Amino acid sequence: MKVIEISCLEVWREISNFLDGEVDPDMRARMEAHFKVCAHCTAILDGTKNIVKLVGDGVEYQMPEGFSKRLYDKIKDK
Amino acid sequence: MSTGTAKPDCNTTESELIQRVCQGDKEAFYSLVKPCERGVFTAAMSILNNPADAEEVAQEAVLKAFSALSRFRGESKFSTWLIQITINEARLKVRKDRKHLYESVDEQKTDDQGDYFPKDYADWREIPSETLQRVELIEALKRALNSLPTKYREVLILRDVQHLSIQETAQALGITEGSVKTRLLRARFQMRDALAPGIDGSWYAGKQEYEKVRPW
Repeated sequence: MKVIEISCLEVWREISNFLDGEVDPDMRARMEAHFKVCAHCTAILDGTKNIVKLVGDGVEYQMPEGFSKRLYDKIKDK
Repeated sequence: MSTGTAKPDCNTTESELIQRVCQGDKEAFYSLVKPCERGVFTAAMSILNNPADAEEVAQEAVLKAFSALSRFRGESKFSTWLIQITINEARLKVRKDRKHLYESVDEQKTDDQGDYFPKDYADWREIPSETLQRVELIEALKRALNSLPTKYREVLILRDVQHLSIQETAQALGITEGSVKTRLLRARFQMRDALAPGIDGSWYAGKQEYEKVRPW
């Protein structure tokens, strides 16, 4: 099967969906073929992938001390 | 071997708890809310970015959910419904306080139309989990996150921190799945643009001359 080429711009539009498994098999094949020959888009893909991992691993909001207890008390008093 | 009875699963437990709450059991409501506490707080933080405000909103959202529980139809997970209420409460607070007025006005100008061009950083292949131990990276991550417009930050947090599905994120934020995808792309690209100059290997090599091109 011949894979139809796509532009860098089209790849960028779909890069996030590509990472989330939200592109159809045809688009995935076209993007994969593009990454093989385009170092620039591959770098953007790697960078975006890193962001997803970094945000997932590194972002955590510390709950204020006593948060659960105060919430429990609010429910009890309702 | 089939016994002919449905296996108890999370949903059964959830609906049983909801039933008990509707019969007046407050302890059951707390059991329902307890696993969602962090998610509720994080959702509030994604909009308010202030722990005291986020706690206040989390409490209001939970109490509102308690009063409205009899209207919960179980079409989504309880946690998604609770996050949806929290997001609404947080937005209400922003409007009420008016302290984010300027940000809100600015945000109306940023639409999701048109293409976002990611900046041209040569490469970035360092393994994040190794770099995460670096305190300055965590700080840079927070600053980059705070620099995002709220509508991008809330999508990024629900998807990439809380791991809600695209459908759940759309539901919690009251936007279409298409908007979730568009905003997520923008959010991830903007985060990459903010962080990549410092993590393109120059930090790793510890080269001081890269200081001047870093945004932090």
